[in-house]
Amino acid sequence: MVKKTIHEINSRIRDGSVSVVTAEEMVHIVGELGAEGAAKEVDVVTTGTFGAMCSSGVWLNFGHSEPPIKMQKVFLNDVEAYTGVAAVDAFIGATQISETLGMDYGGAHVIEDLIRGKSVNLHAISHGTDCYPRKVLDTTLTLEDMNQAIMMNPRNAYQKYNAATNSTKSTIHTYMGSLLPSFGNVTYSGAGVLSPLSNDPDYMTIGTGTRIFLGGTQGYITGQGTQHSSGGGFGTMMVQGDLKNMSPDYVRAANFAGYGTSLYLGMGVPIPILNEQIAQATAVTDADITTNILDYGVPSRDRPAVRQVTYAELRSGSVEIDGRDVPTSSMSSFKKSRMIASELKEWIARGDFFVSMPAERLPKDVSARPMKQTEGIALVSDIMAVSVVTIGMGASIYDAAKTIMDTDFNHLPVVDENECLVGIITAWDISKAVSQNKFDLVEDIMTRKVITSSADERVAVVARRMDQDSVSAMPVINKGRRVIGMITSDDISKLYARRS
Amino acid sequence: MKIKINISSDILTKPIMAEAILETGVLLNISQAHFDRSHGEVVADVEKDKFELMCKALMDRGAKVTKLDTPIRWDENECVECSACISVCPTKVFALADDFSLEVDETKCIQCATCVDMCPHNALSLENNK
Ligand code: SF4
Ligand code: SF4
Repeated sequence: MVKKTIHEINSRIRDGSVSVVTAEEMVHIVGELGAEGAAKEVDVVTTGTFGAMCSSGVWLNFGHSEPPIKMQKVFLNDVEAYTGVAAVDAFIGATQISETLGMDYGGAHVIEDLIRGKSVNLHAISHGTDCYPRKVLDTTLTLEDMNQAIMMNPRNAYQKYNAATNSTKSTIHTYMGSLLPSFGNVTYSGAGVLSPLSNDPDYMTIGTGTRIFLGGTQGYITGQGTQHSSGGGFGTMMVQGDLKNMSPDYVRAANFAGYGTSLYLGMGVPIPILNEQIAQATAVTDADITTNILDYGVPSRDRPAVRQVTYAELRSGSVEIDGRDVPTSSMSSFKKSRMIASELKEWIARGDFFVSMPAERLPKDVSARPMKQTEGIALVSDIMAVSVVTIGMGASIYDAAKTIMDTDFNHLPVVDENECLVGIITAWDISKAVSQNKFDLVEDIMTRKVITSSADERVAVVARRMDQDSVSAMPVINKGRRVIGMITSDDISKLYARRS
Repeated sequence: MKIKINISSDILTKPIMAEAILETGVLLNISQAHFDRSHGEVVADVEKDKFELMCKALMDRGAKVTKLDTPIRWDENECVECSACISVCPTKVFALADDFSLEVDETKCIQCATCVDMCPHNALSLENNK
């Protein structure tokens, strides 16, 4: 039985005799010496991770202006920061996007620019009060000029994360990157063998007050992260650190095409080896950590799992799906994760960083719940029009025009002799044909690629498809491609108007 | 060298590439082809000194030919070596070395631009694209 205290380890850090290794090195040491031997040999194991952490942001205190202002809204380089607290405090979140540049620039970029020493434009407005008379303020500030710039991230360093793929026929753009059609690739995130929480999954040493590596400087874990779901192996942590001491090597703004901005952040947690159980836990390898590959092509909270994989398989460069080798990409950087574990190891070996025991450990066996929705989830069948007028593909343009005039429907689904959907024709298509002096059949001028929906789809999902494909109505079809209804953007606006 | 051949809808069904190959005796190594109702786009390799010959044969038949001589540009300072680009590149331009550094072999690039959208750090760009 090995039993060490934090105090003993810290005195070894102080006198330079501490034995510290990275979580990758620890795998071999436990393999050679066993957990007990390794626990005697090693005092601290360092971990590291570097990846997209959307739930990141910084509390800034700007100091008071003359005359003073109580900021009601504040923008940094056109990115809104939250200032619903005291007069000149604001939280700039990583994923907030610019009012003018959209997804090309966001809170994450403001944060990186500040660390790089660049000045940012501050614009604030207020309604003015007796104690804070100013209504508008414009100035430029650098990180130096702020009283405090404290990174405070509600949820970072997922223990592990789902891998992503896409079963649909077109590329989708997600926070897991571009996912190619028909299971064309798999992306994943997380440092596996080096992952902080995976190296102490029972949180024997991790919790409120744990001193960590954050963005290139010392930071702290302040408690469990939001959505902490340790029961399923998806623990997270809330962290804090001084932005003024951070380095752009470990804090980098990112853009995910079609999704928005995020912050890549480097973090490392030291794990003091107090006994052999802890030593054993830090021997975890990529092959021991499993996760699911989820189908991001399904626009639902409950994305179906395509299969289970280990991080070792993901890291190998390809995984098998339905008998095919599908290439994998990591969205996080393993190389940087390694650099972080090594840098933290050096700090400890040099006597610059001391380990700590948490005031309270992260909670175990809790799970995050899905949202309670009181409005119910509207389905297409709830709001679609069921009396639909269709037209045969062999009908004349004149017939189509007459049907539109008689029925007041703007969109006519076109069907073949078996009543199956083959196209769609609108009043505009007809006007266009007439203006070009074309008097052909409906099938000659109809749009053949019809955007459709099915009755059991969720309205919110269908609304997004209408937006993306710029259509204002869609035939609702059954499995046999028979038209059973019609849903229009008007129906959808009415639904949401009723609710708001 | 790599070339891009654009074929408009009116000549889409004609075997113009086969004809050009037969006429010139120059080989084309097709690395990517995309056809739909409106147009066709083919990326192919051709020997450098035979380019003019092939280009003329294709243009005579109504195709548009562009040289693809500026491959993907990789900005090492922006890159964090995540490897996101690896799984989307159709020609394996990117790979990870044993130490997890990114290796870029831009000679294989066919300038499809897929990786430009994928890279979260704007480290990849194409001259004619972004
Ligand atoms: S996706 Fe971009 S940042 Fe990631 S490895 Fe490729 S070039 Fe570098
Ligand atoms: S543009 Fe990018 S994805 Fe396409 S071939 Fe070149 S390197 Fe590969």
